[in-house]
Amino acid sequence: MATLTEIRWHGRGGQGSKTASILLGKVASKTGKNIQAFPEYGPERMGAPVLAFNRISENELTVHCQVTEPSIVVVLDPTLLEVVDVTEGVPEDGTIIVNTNKSPGKIKEKLDFAGEVFTVDANEISTYELGAPFPNTPMLGALIKATGILEFEDFKVQIKKEFEKKFASKPEVIEGNMNCIDRAYQEVRN
Amino acid sequence: MSNQVALTGNEAIANAMRQINPDVVAAYPITPQTEIVQIFSQFVADGEVDTDFVTVESEHSAMSASVGASASGARAMTATAANGLALMWEILYIAASTRLPIVMPVVNRALSGPINIHCDHSDSMGARDSGWIQLYAENAQEAYDNTIQAFKIGEHEDVKLPVMVNMDGFIISHAVENFNILADEDVQEFIGEYNPEHTLLDAENPITVGPIDLQDYYFEHKRQQSEAVKHAKKVVAEVAEEYNELTGRGFSYFEEYKLDDAEVGIVALGSTTGTAKAAVDNLRDEGIKAGLLKLRLYRPFPAEEITEALSNLKVLAVLDRAETFSDTGGPVFADIRSALYNADSEIEAVNYIYGLGGRDTQVDEIEAVYKDLQDILESGEVEERVQYLGVRE
Repeated sequence: MATLTEIRWHGRGGQGSKTASILLGKVASKTGKNIQAFPEYGPERMGAPVLAFNRISENELTVHCQVTEPSIVVVLDPTLLEVVDVTEGVPEDGTIIVNTNKSPGKIKEKLDFAGEVFTVDANEISTYELGAPFPNTPMLGALIKATGILEFEDFKVQIKKEFEKKFASKPEVIEGNMNCIDRAYQEVRN
Repeated sequence: MSNQVALTGNEAIANAMRQINPDVVAAYPITPQTEIVQIFSQFVADGEVDTDFVTVESEHSAMSASVGASASGARAMTATAANGLALMWEILYIAASTRLPIVMPVVNRALSGPINIHCDHSDSMGARDSGWIQLYAENAQEAYDNTIQAFKIGEHEDVKLPVMVNMDGFIISHAVENFNILADEDVQEFIGEYNPEHTLLDAENPITVGPIDLQDYYFEHKRQQSEAVKHAKKVVAEVAEEYNELTGRGFSYFEEYKLDDAEVGIVALGSTTGTAKAAVDNLRDEGIKAGLLKLRLYRPFPAEEITEALSNLKVLAVLDRAETFSDTGGPVFADIRSALYNADSEIEAVNYIYGLGGRDTQVDEIEAVYKDLQDILESGEVEERVQYLGVRE
């Protein structure tokens, strides 16, 4: 892993991009990394395109400016590809992971992006496992597989602890969310 | 004992408040501060603190309730930002002149107008002459540490002044970062018990609080207030040293970053100082002798110590995240230039106003400031004393 990894999450307000970035940050923190997780600063806007960010580093993180050149981009909603340039600032050797039922080849062509493109049908996975499309947790599994930024077994142990805190009042959804992560990890492809 | 956690700046301060367990918290919401009192209200509801949680109808009332509580001998806190701080204005001065050690986190946000919810320092900088002690933080860790230290500073018998704990809105308040949280009992032991000398509730020793004070004594009382501020400087350093013994962290007035042999330097406060450290590192790799002085204590202003720390510099830029509309630069610049004048310093000092209304400031923009300083160093000429960094013109 590079000394510093910067990640940008694209979602629509309500899909959980901020939650995904915070969960990833907290899990990475537990595995001994220095982390930042923050949303695009602005009013809550249900359904509108929103951003969230991570910095994950072996070294102390002092910068407090925005992430402008992320090496990893996660897209929680396939319709965003029509309205947002998700490749903006991403270097040619970067990685873009998209929630879609389309093939990586098709998305790579559509984005005209030289780097690696991964796809996974996170809506299908979460609808099956949780009864509704919550793409953020499956995309965490896909992210770990596509980038290897954290060791998967460590990630699972720690994210389960985060779910146990987050879903203390509805523990019945923990297993479904863990299944989402597992399945997306298995099913994501490039 | 301490423990690493990953929380937002607002969560960090709310947890510091939980560990302090103040007697009274007066709460009124305003973005980006709202989470602090919201999270704290959950601690109250869950019985994790013994605090009387007073939900008031405005910030003017929040500060008034804090004044009343503090005058009664309670440890009182409130928290605010931007226009909320502006609405407290009248009572800010009353809290300070009544010598009440209230502690207030301010989550820095641009003051309207135009209306804006994002970070700059126009709110707290406007309050710099209100008589409050002001501490600033680079990150969640420092915001947490400053909150813990604030009561111990303000309540000291030689001080008795309110303390404003500043933290950058959204950039720190809403970002999750790693920081170390102390054990609850260590915080309690550190801050100790509060035994005020005079309180409204001490029926054996009745006092009057806030009476009219005309030509005969007003001036003497203001003079005493000035003396208390002087004492605060010494106490801030003592408390910081004690905190350092407990945690291994912190510094008294400012942090010096690669300043020892620096020729070009920046003075700044708040979260951008972290970004400036990255700029310093990059420039050092290029062989440029860049350094940074990050202010923690802004009121009182540690002028002599600052000029001593800067004495090896040749050219200096002060970064201000607030405008004074004096046409002579930002508030920190005015203080630094005055301090340099007192020290007979020959350092050339320029000013950059940056980041107003939450405008992002990137590492390369700060590097460009250092490059400007290099140009001044080489040419010996200052073309523009006050500039605006990152604005479209």
